[in-house]
Amino acid sequence: MRLTYPTNIRIIRVPCTGKVDILHILKAFEKGADGVYAVGCMEGDCHYTSGNFRARKRVEQAKKILDTVGVGGQRVEMFNMASSEGPMFAEVAIKMVDKIKELGPNPIKLQKKKAA
Amino acid sequence: MIVADKKPIEEIIEDIKNHEKVLILGCNECVTVCEAGGKKEVGILASALRMYFLNQGKEMKIDEETLERQCDHEYLEEIRNVVDQYDAIVSIACGVGVQFAAEKYHSTPIYPGVNTCFMGVTEERGLWTERCQGCGQCILSRTGGICPVSRCAKRIMNGPCGGSSKGMCEINKELVCAWQLIVERLKALDRFEEYEDLSPIKDWSTDRAGGPRKVVREDVQP
Repeated sequence: MRLTYPTNIRIIRVPCTGKVDILHILKAFEKGADGVYAVGCMEGDCHYTSGNFRARKRVEQAKKILDTVGVGGQRVEMFNMASSEGPMFAEVAIKMVDKIKELGPNPIKLQKKKAA
Repeated sequence: MIVADKKPIEEIIEDIKNHEKVLILGCNECVTVCEAGGKKEVGILASALRMYFLNQGKEMKIDEETLERQCDHEYLEEIRNVVDQYDAIVSIACGVGVQFAAEKYHSTPIYPGVNTCFMGVTEERGLWTERCQGCGQCILSRTGGICPVSRCAKRIMNGPCGGSSKGMCEINKELVCAWQLIVERLKALDRFEEYEDLSPIKDWSTDRAGGPRKVVREDVQP
């Protein structure tokens, strides 16, 4: 397919999106990530039945917390796609990167730099 | 177990905003089970608070610790050596833990991080319901194991009242009538004739009506 997608994404592999914990998401932002998104299997297609639904709930929970602390809940998203959907993976990556670039850098990262 | 619910982060921020070194103190017991004040919730709250204050440009040290229990001396003593490093503690144990920590560490402000709700059960994950009000005079043997003190809105001892309709309580259509449950349970136990026995007037002096209570057990005292 030879698809390209932005190189500023760091992929962290997990056995199932159900493994993604809210603390993983929050710590990523605390350490300075500008955005985080979880890519899970299609709803109804989870090998572990409900892993992707759990992940979505945690993403929603993280959104609320990030809104409260002023980082912005829009910086975290959840997407569902099948493992065969390479073009969609690339499309989502481009969209997410564009969105985060529009939002600008993580304010926590900026404050940390200022303090250093 | 004692069931608690998380306080909004905004409320906790308001409490600690004038401090600089704060310890978030969790509890490994009831509040861990009801997912309000265990190690995980300590991590989430501490992370959120660190981000908030950093974003505000305020330098703030926010550390995490979770004790086995906060309602016993031996576990609360575990932070004795570090407590001086902080100018405030947010305890996300139940109200018991918050108060015991405040009694023990007299000069350190202790703020509650959860709202303590009731003594109850985990009906399913994410759903906790009340079962006991600690009235100090258990009558469950007479009511088929279903408590009219905690589960009947009127706490009546000889029910149901006229508000019971199709097995539900009049105060809320989703609330089961405790006396309906008692009747069904007595039938199932083949003890329905006991329903006719009138309950004597309950002695409420062992409930909160008699003021704060205590249990003294000389046989186990050192």
